[in-house]
Amino acid sequence: MHPFVLERPCDLSAVLALGAQAGRNDAPVEYIAGGTDMVQLLQEHVRRPDRLVSLAGVLDDGIEIGPQGLRLGAAATMAEVAAHQGVVEQFPLISQALLNSASPQVRNQATMGGNLLQRTRCPYFRDVGYQACNKRAPGSGCAALDGENRWHAVLGTSDDCIAVHPSDLAVALVALDATVELRGTGGDRSVPLSELHRLPRDTPHLETVLEPGEVITAITVPANAAGLRSHYLKLRDRASFEFAAVSAAVAIETDGARIRQARVALGGVGTKPWRLPNVEQALADKNLEPGELRSAAALAAEGAQGRGHNDFKIELMQRAIVRAVEIAGARA
Amino acid sequence: MPGAISPALAQAAGAAPALLDVSLRINGTEHRLSLDPRTTLLDALREHLHLTGSKKGCGLGQCGACTVLMDGMRVKACLSLAALAQGREIKTIEGLAQGDELHPLQASFIERDAFQCGYCTSGQIMAGVACISEGHAGSPQDIREWMSGNLCRCGAYDHIVAAIQDAAAVSSSTQGG
Ligand SMILES: Cc1cc2nc3c(=O)[nH]c(=O)nc-3n(C[C@H](O)[C@H](O)[C@H](O)COP(=O)(O)OP(=O)(O)OC[C@H]3O[C@@H](n4cnc5c(N)ncnc54)[C@H](O)[C@@H]3O)c2cc1C
Ligand code: SF4
Ligand code: FES
Ligand code: FES
Repeated sequence: MHPFVLERPCDLSAVLALGAQAGRNDAPVEYIAGGTDMVQLLQEHVRRPDRLVSLAGVLDDGIEIGPQGLRLGAAATMAEVAAHQGVVEQFPLISQALLNSASPQVRNQATMGGNLLQRTRCPYFRDVGYQACNKRAPGSGCAALDGENRWHAVLGTSDDCIAVHPSDLAVALVALDATVELRGTGGDRSVPLSELHRLPRDTPHLETVLEPGEVITAITVPANAAGLRSHYLKLRDRASFEFAAVSAAVAIETDGARIRQARVALGGVGTKPWRLPNVEQALADKNLEPGELRSAAALAAEGAQGRGHNDFKIELMQRAIVRAVEIAGARA
Repeated sequence: MPGAISPALAQAAGAAPALLDVSLRINGTEHRLSLDPRTTLLDALREHLHLTGSKKGCGLGQCGACTVLMDGMRVKACLSLAALAQGREIKTIEGLAQGDELHPLQASFIERDAFQCGYCTSGQIMAGVACISEGHAGSPQDIREWMSGNLCRCGAYDHIVAAIQDAAAVSSSTQGG
């Protein structure tokens, strides 16, 4: 690890004043929450901040459900949220996505804020032995474009980066219209989760809209997302403890065998958590019938671009949507 | 100095930062250490406190060999900075037996021959203890899912599952259900 000074401020204003910035590979000051991603990146010399600012003990870790919906404190752990009775009953998509993530040990350590801001698993990004990675070293090229790109994105890609955003939680949350609450030295603001992450375009080293110093303080999910029939389908190379090759988060409201409204998001295929409004529109008023679902799901492939090893994802993601809607529809 | 990175790497990485006073509570005993802020909990245990029961398989969170309990919950010691573990109650494999009496899961690992080389074993046992206390050891399927963060290169999985099932049965009978 590159040497760093470890700061352990005891209140949030002291934290903000230190100016750390998540999601930028050139940030000299960075936050550490659960540490499950950050320690790995430090160990591998991918991140080399001069100062590391601990968020331990300064952020809300509460989980609340009220008339407004669900509020998850940024410091709540993946394990706590996954097991919370109210989340399990009213927002099962979130609990399912979390239980399909990482391992019990990691889920005990990792926080909500850190999960949304975890860095890509692109092997070239995580191995400084490779020179070309625009996300890690702006302007150096992208080793994945013509390299081993089986794990890479087919949606939202650019000629400079095709890395997948790896969070399962974010896929479930974006389907449920979640918002992130931010606090910075300039005050509070909230941003729809769908706008937290940037597309790579020609600046893949800038991953989020966070300003220096800004922290995520909470995630909120509106009450109208409660009680929908939902399913998180995760397809991966081993049965457990693996990132998604393709995942689909689906929540539907039905009237008998007819879909009234649907929310659909995909993981493992997008450069950010990927919501599919065109598929959602096509699913509305359709019957829970394979042919109809299939033609709606086909719209997910609009604009999709494979790079060789990851071409299989374009077909697989359509099938994942159909299967997830079928499973959600079959729930009592 | 034990626990420090190699001199060559240290030089490449720049000057070593100032040491931090860190107090760690491990298996009921308070230890005062002076640590480089980069020291992980795993390195503090192994290199500074010579508690070498916790193993380093990957150092990157991927194998589970370093699993310890923090305030009763299983975590990966290789992904925790030691300085941030201050004030937490840490339990390692060395703290599991009561004197000469093995923990029921240690005993069932021996009974079921649940290891070959033994490198993953202390991590498996610490994770298994948590798996049982969390109530995730109800069926072999459950155990496989909830133990998936612990890899075994020797492939002793069937025996590990059996050992956890045995110990879970013991603990539920001693707790009266
Ligand atoms: C072996 C392994 C397997 C995994 N498998 C999966 C998986 O299948 N699915 C999945 O979704 N994830 C998976 N993960 C990733 C895991 O979910 C993340 O590492 C974890 O959620 C990060 O949370 P943390 O609190 O540990 O963050 P940290 O590592 O502490 O921080 C991550 C980033 O977020 C920033 N940050 C943290 N909190 C805040 C905040 N409140 N405000 C601003 N910035 C903040 C930090 O500065 C850092 O840049 C896996 C991880 C490991 C190690
Ligand atoms: S896909 Fe992105 S993260 Fe991966 S090598 Fe290319 S630029 Fe780097
Ligand atoms: S050494 Fe910690 S998970 Fe492998
Ligand atoms: S017994 Fe050898 S790795 Fe598990």
